[in-house]
Amino acid sequence: MIKTDHLTKRYGALTAVDDVSFQVSPGEVLGFLGPNGAGKTTTMRMIAGFITPTSGSASICGHDIATEPLAAKAALGYLPEGAPSYGEMTVRQFLAFIADLRALEGARRQERLAHVIDHLHLKGVLDQTIETLSKGFRRRVGLAQAIVHDPPVLILDEPTDGLDPNQKHEVRALINAMARDKIIVISTHLLEEVDAVCTRAIIISRGRIVADDTPAGLAARSRYHNAVSMQLEQPTQLAAIRAAIAALPAVAQVEVSERDARLTALPEAGATILPAVSEVAARGGFKLKELHLESGRLDEVFRTITA
Amino acid sequence: MRNVGIILRRELASYFATPLAYVFILIFLVLANAFTFYLGGFYERGQADLDPFFSFHPWLYLFLIPALSMKLWAEERKSGSIELLMTQPVRLREAVLGKFLAAWLFTALALALTFPLWLTVNYLGRPDNGAILAAYLGSLLLAGGFLAIGSCMSALTRNQVVAFILGVVACFAFLLAGFPLVLDLFRSWAPQAFTDAIASLSFLTHYESIMKGVIDLRDLLYFAMLIAFFLLATGIALELRKAD
Repeated sequence: MIKTDHLTKRYGALTAVDDVSFQVSPGEVLGFLGPNGAGKTTTMRMIAGFITPTSGSASICGHDIATEPLAAKAALGYLPEGAPSYGEMTVRQFLAFIADLRALEGARRQERLAHVIDHLHLKGVLDQTIETLSKGFRRRVGLAQAIVHDPPVLILDEPTDGLDPNQKHEVRALINAMARDKIIVISTHLLEEVDAVCTRAIIISRGRIVADDTPAGLAARSRYHNAVSMQLEQPTQLAAIRAAIAALPAVAQVEVSERDARLTALPEAGATILPAVSEVAARGGFKLKELHLESGRLDEVFRTITA
Repeated sequence: MRNVGIILRRELASYFATPLAYVFILIFLVLANAFTFYLGGFYERGQADLDPFFSFHPWLYLFLIPALSMKLWAEERKSGSIELLMTQPVRLREAVLGKFLAAWLFTALALALTFPLWLTVNYLGRPDNGAILAAYLGSLLLAGGFLAIGSCMSALTRNQVVAFILGVVACFAFLLAGFPLVLDLFRSWAPQAFTDAIASLSFLTHYESIMKGVIDLRDLLYFAMLIAFFLLATGIALELRKAD
């Protein structure tokens, strides 16, 4: 379990992290979201024991990071922002160094090293120095370092930053595979990542928690939650269908995009408008390319909350 | 303490993974020998000892040691690897000690590679080998003192050039404390005890007394305490500024 209790960090007059309290339980994958500079990295660094909070506390598996730093750090796998490492070392040397610090020995050491090398596809670059590796490989070396001791708690600061779509997919698959029995916190500003891996999301803005919910719960806060979106075959019919739909009682607003002949009808709060809207389309003889019900747009929620 | 060894090995290996180790050793050997023969007049003196060799070590170290120590922490902070290191189950003091010992062991190796000079002087005459051994010990302690200061200066900044300059200046101050240039300034007005206190802080006073072959416990204690003090200061500087 990760627990933070009124965690606060001030730099002079600037409050980078302001009274952040939350708990994460096993099986949860927490997405830590927020605009750049919102305090994500500072919060993670405090939990990982790299910087000392101005006030408040954090604990990992019951070990307070301030009073039992070694026990807390032993239970933690941490990928710092930007996946820093020692550029002049080869991947093999670097992983051996981390395995030494993590006190891995004997058969278990062999097994764990083989496991991370295999799962992060590092076999081909084992004897290359880290500074010669591409960004994607460096990130994977950073991930390998974080999970080599099979920690119960993982904190990953922007684990997929700088990876190409295939690599992102692989890293997310890896996170999903580990999610069942671990506590994972990932910070990201990619909203797609929240949908792809997280069971819960905390949004922070200016150092404060402004939302703490499931991804679906967050999406439900969107104006677009339960909105109906459709694309017309004939762009010329846009005006007519717009008028018809806007006249429906439960429709709060209609948005039209001329460019791709798309119309989105937003419902009044809590209303269901799909049957009515599709009936309008059918009765009016409007030909539709597609019609779907939106679950909500995370990016819109994100902007609304953090603006 | 196990971690000290792990960090020490990693650091040492990283010296040899880059040209740093080879450049440092080469320049150290070339300069040490050049000073001995050209400035020290090793042959002309007609004496079978290594005084001309050892008496230039403080000046040689003044520039070479900060060049070695500047990267100790500044580089870790610049590249961000300090965050990786400090979030492993490692105590800060283990990391400070491991890195310092790696650098010290490395200078010990460079110093040991001056052995042909010792062979030469033994071939040419009958030197006092006990005194030479003491002088080697003194030189090693001197290097340790410079390195501890350099480690502290490196912890203060993320810029290696700044760390180098701070290191040279700080080491220079500790060297000069024993020179007439500084001591005369105080001698004219300050009480004798004060002048003595300044002089006793000097590297040169302690180094030269060991160099003469007299291993005094006070000189050993001086270097031990100096090193301990600056390593402690390194730890404090890192604690305060590691994340900046």
